[in-house]
Amino acid sequence: MSAPMKRRTALAGLAALATGACSKIAESDTGRTVAKAAEGWHRGAHRTLASRQALAPEYSRAERSPTFKGNGTVRIPDEAYQAALESGFADWKLEVRGLVDAPLSLSMADLRGMKQRTQITRHDCVEGWSAIGEWTGPQLSDVLDMAKVQEGANFIVFRCADTLAGGDYYESVDMVDAYHPQTIIAHMLNGEPLPQKNGAPLRMRIERQLGYKHPKYLTAIEAVASFDDILGGNGGYWEDRAGYQWYAGI
Amino acid sequence: MKKHVLSTRIWHWINAISLIILFMSGLNISNAHRYLYWGDYGFDKKDAWLSVIRFPDWATIPGSYNLAEARDWHTIFAWPFALALLFMWVAMSVNRHFKRDLTTTRAEWKPAAVWKDIVAHAKLNFDHDPAHGKYNFLQKFSYGFVLGIMLPLMIFTGLAISPGFEPAAPWMVDILGGRQSARSIHFIVAFGLLAFFVVHIALVLVTGPIKQLKDMITGGKA
Repeated sequence: MSAPMKRRTALAGLAALATGACSKIAESDTGRTVAKAAEGWHRGAHRTLASRQALAPEYSRAERSPTFKGNGTVRIPDEAYQAALESGFADWKLEVRGLVDAPLSLSMADLRGMKQRTQITRHDCVEGWSAIGEWTGPQLSDVLDMAKVQEGANFIVFRCADTLAGGDYYESVDMVDAYHPQTIIAHMLNGEPLPQKNGAPLRMRIERQLGYKHPKYLTAIEAVASFDDILGGNGGYWEDRAGYQWYAGI
Repeated sequence: MKKHVLSTRIWHWINAISLIILFMSGLNISNAHRYLYWGDYGFDKKDAWLSVIRFPDWATIPGSYNLAEARDWHTIFAWPFALALLFMWVAMSVNRHFKRDLTTTRAEWKPAAVWKDIVAHAKLNFDHDPAHGKYNFLQKFSYGFVLGIMLPLMIFTGLAISPGFEPAAPWMVDILGGRQSARSIHFIVAFGLLAFFVVHIALVLVTGPIKQLKDMITGGKA
């Protein structure tokens, strides 16, 4: 490239920035393709650098934050939910379905009766803040083994009781995160049953990803081959609504 | 002999474009939660050591609040930024640019010598003894500080904020004093780089901007 050409290219680049063309680039097909590819590099890079089973840091009780912020949905006005909350979720059921040989319908007592894992971990919101809390619940891997997940399943989808701005909240992870030892179905926070603002009675903990990947008010777990046909097709509420990255490890 | 070798010029422009995009998309991300904390956690503005202004749309990428798109810009341009810096350090070591032009001598650190350099800068006198090398002390110090400390710190604090990277190197988050500290340092150093950028552009403007720009593109004559 000749010198004036290079200068022109550089100036054109700066001019593109100055005129706010960035949104246009980001919203173009190429922009989206690059963003999608980058998400894959980030996941690949993280899993190359750390083992697939590498743990997120765990903290001591003294290191917990004094409270645990609730974000997104913090209250479900729905009458059935409020009645369930009143009754201590005595009749709450967690369905396990999809590509499984033995579909399950688990009560809170069933989940509490399984082998439990307690972990004090840091929750990082995509907005930038962090809170530290102690979570207790069975590992998702044990539940998936009980339900006998079929070979063809590539993702686990989480269904929720809450809606945000009229849309059903849901999320999904791949099998690496689904079978990760710290991926638990939490029913306790800091030794108490989950408060409403943090997802009572059940929420997922996906410890190596940002907060929006930890769905609350869990009603069902589905093993699927692909999430292309589920709701908006991007694998999660914020992914559909606002274009958030499906892999939220960064 | 060129004034700027090819590797320096390539890095300079990749770095400039990446940094501008990273900074402006970073401002958009900052608008999502405008409070900074020290330590591992932080979510309540009562605990914040700094409450940041809401950055105006003209300063952000994209040009209105959009956390998802800003994060795409930010995480994509982190790659050319980090890889180009790595490339520059390898090139600078191999072609001895760092050793020859950017390392300082003990004599240059003497307060009287530093003061003389500051006074000369303040008088916009940039002629200096060629015996001391291509750059004067303040130039060496700021280029060295930016290349050796600030730019690498941006990469390390950025990695430390990432929950998917953390299991690979949890010590990095610990060294930086916890995730929220890493986030705060990321923010502080970003504004340190803005300060460098402002002074850098100002000095280019007072020392013949057309020639300076041309030299950084074509290489110029030493």
